[in-house]
Amino acid sequence: MERPEIVSSEGRIDTPAAVTPAWPRAQLVAFFVMVAVFLVAPFIVYPVFLMKALCFALFACAFNLLIGYVGLLSFGHAVFLGSAGYVSAHVAKVWGGPPELAILAGTSTAAILGLVIGALAIRRQGIYFAMITLALAQMIYFFCVQAKFTGGEDGIQAVPRGVLLGVLDLQSTLAMYFVVLAVFLAGFLLIYRTIHSPFGQVLKAIRENEPRALSLGYEADRYKLIAFVLSATLAGLAGSTKALVFQLASLTDVHWSMSGEVVLMTLLGGLGTVFGPVAGALIVAALENYLAQLGAWVTVVQGAIFVFCVLTFRRGVVGELGRILRQPL
Amino acid sequence: MLLGIPPQALFGQLLIGLINGSFYAMLSLGLSVIFGLLNIINFTHGAQYMMGAFAAYFLLQWAGLGYGWALLLAPVAVGLLGIGLERTMLKRLAHLDHLYGLLLTFGMALVVQGLFRNEFGSSGLPYAIPGPLTGGHDLGFMFLPNYRAWVVVFSLTVCLGTWFVIERTKLGSYLRAATENPALVQAFGINVPRMVTLTYGFGVALAAAAGVLAAPIYQVNPLMGADLIIVVFAVVVIGGMGSILGSIVTGFGLGVIEGLTKVFYPEASNTVIFVIMAVVLLIKPAGLFGRTQ
Repeated sequence: MERPEIVSSEGRIDTPAAVTPAWPRAQLVAFFVMVAVFLVAPFIVYPVFLMKALCFALFACAFNLLIGYVGLLSFGHAVFLGSAGYVSAHVAKVWGGPPELAILAGTSTAAILGLVIGALAIRRQGIYFAMITLALAQMIYFFCVQAKFTGGEDGIQAVPRGVLLGVLDLQSTLAMYFVVLAVFLAGFLLIYRTIHSPFGQVLKAIRENEPRALSLGYEADRYKLIAFVLSATLAGLAGSTKALVFQLASLTDVHWSMSGEVVLMTLLGGLGTVFGPVAGALIVAALENYLAQLGAWVTVVQGAIFVFCVLTFRRGVVGELGRILRQPL
Repeated sequence: MLLGIPPQALFGQLLIGLINGSFYAMLSLGLSVIFGLLNIINFTHGAQYMMGAFAAYFLLQWAGLGYGWALLLAPVAVGLLGIGLERTMLKRLAHLDHLYGLLLTFGMALVVQGLFRNEFGSSGLPYAIPGPLTGGHDLGFMFLPNYRAWVVVFSLTVCLGTWFVIERTKLGSYLRAATENPALVQAFGINVPRMVTLTYGFGVALAAAAGVLAAPIYQVNPLMGADLIIVVFAVVVIGGMGSILGSIVTGFGLGVIEGLTKVFYPEASNTVIFVIMAVVLLIKPAGLFGRTQ
């Protein structure tokens, strides 16, 4: 099918170069504050906790790319986190591969899964999209329960962290921490670049008014699918890294409750904000740490936060902060 | 022997399939009715199914009221709780994106299931099959336990009754009209907000009734609805939420298919419904009985 001339693939008339401006100052400041905090933090706070928070933060940022910028609520994102973790752990432990190969393998697995699940799920809109992603994720969860290589209830334990690129021994907690920080920052910047690119503008257009975006000649489904695969891939990157950090891949990371948790992090931090998912991930990870002794109460507290956020706190922590400062964060 | 399978096993699994199908049908019917009028997916549905089973258990333990009373009172009680939820919380979300309704009810499900798990642990509590429905009949080719037959008959009656009310009565015509265009129906002097509240209460009561039916078969367990609701979501996607009869047929049909899978390829019995959902999405994205928007 021929495209209308006004949106010929070379140089769209309605997308001037100014569509990717320099970072707004508030966001630039926030970014450097965030980096500074994460550089200093491991010397003050327990580094393993921080690594967990960073993995969750990348996971939540990837999820936010879909819900915040395309308006798609995926209720099965744990599958990308968890299955990437399994593949990464399998490569590192059973095949004895180096950590970079383990992470690459895990991330690619998530990308392929994202392509398949995304292609099916974008066939329906809105609320159905959420139900379909949840159902497909449950299918893969059952697969992970039954498959031999995942180790069932035990998971894959004692995964060696290995030596990164043959030089950096990750057994050292600080070395591992800074690798995780680098992975997180790379993912964060990639997402930032994506949502501020012409591609990101089209995604927002689809979120605001899909029929209009279609009528302008944008193939909404293709954009949605690319965004979905990108989000799944980055969630996989978070999952692969997490498996190396904790030297463990288990069913927890594939279960629907983990999909719920990433929704909670993003909602609490602020849907569609740049820094919200990071803040949300830190809060939820801290909450889990402190409430861990309380057992099932964690679920109750999480549910209550959900209800509270939806009823009266829909902008989230960072969204409210941005509103007070009158700056998009 | 039939296709290398002893008929006892085959018909046994078919019956279990029909039983599960009864639950799928009642739950997906409730979800459809709620979705039609409120435009939200009620994630708390699984928790409300569980609360129905617990209500039956409480009635027996604390008030000495048996199964018959439970079948009547539990749906009313849980339905009233649902009405409270709609009045205090869901109503405020009506003007927002539908996804917020999903998130709110998901949060409520976590709270309810967490509270019950704190109180009762995650192992099940037993609920005996009521006296008159114990035992069974030998049909020659299989043994039919009375209670299981009762579940299928009861659920079918409730489902068809719901279909009759919605499709064939004046009340149902108001409901269908409000689904199409609530503002216009309101302008005709019909109290739409009250109808919305009662509809939510009715959908929840259906879930609770399914919970009471399930109590003697499965144990009464705080997490009994947590995984079930995801399967029911798949059932709803397969059937499409446009048609009442569609929900019923899809629910029973998928239960039977799942039962047959247990006989012929047990490894896939957990996932077969999700696979069917994927295939349906490829062939007919709107669902078997759905209308494309």
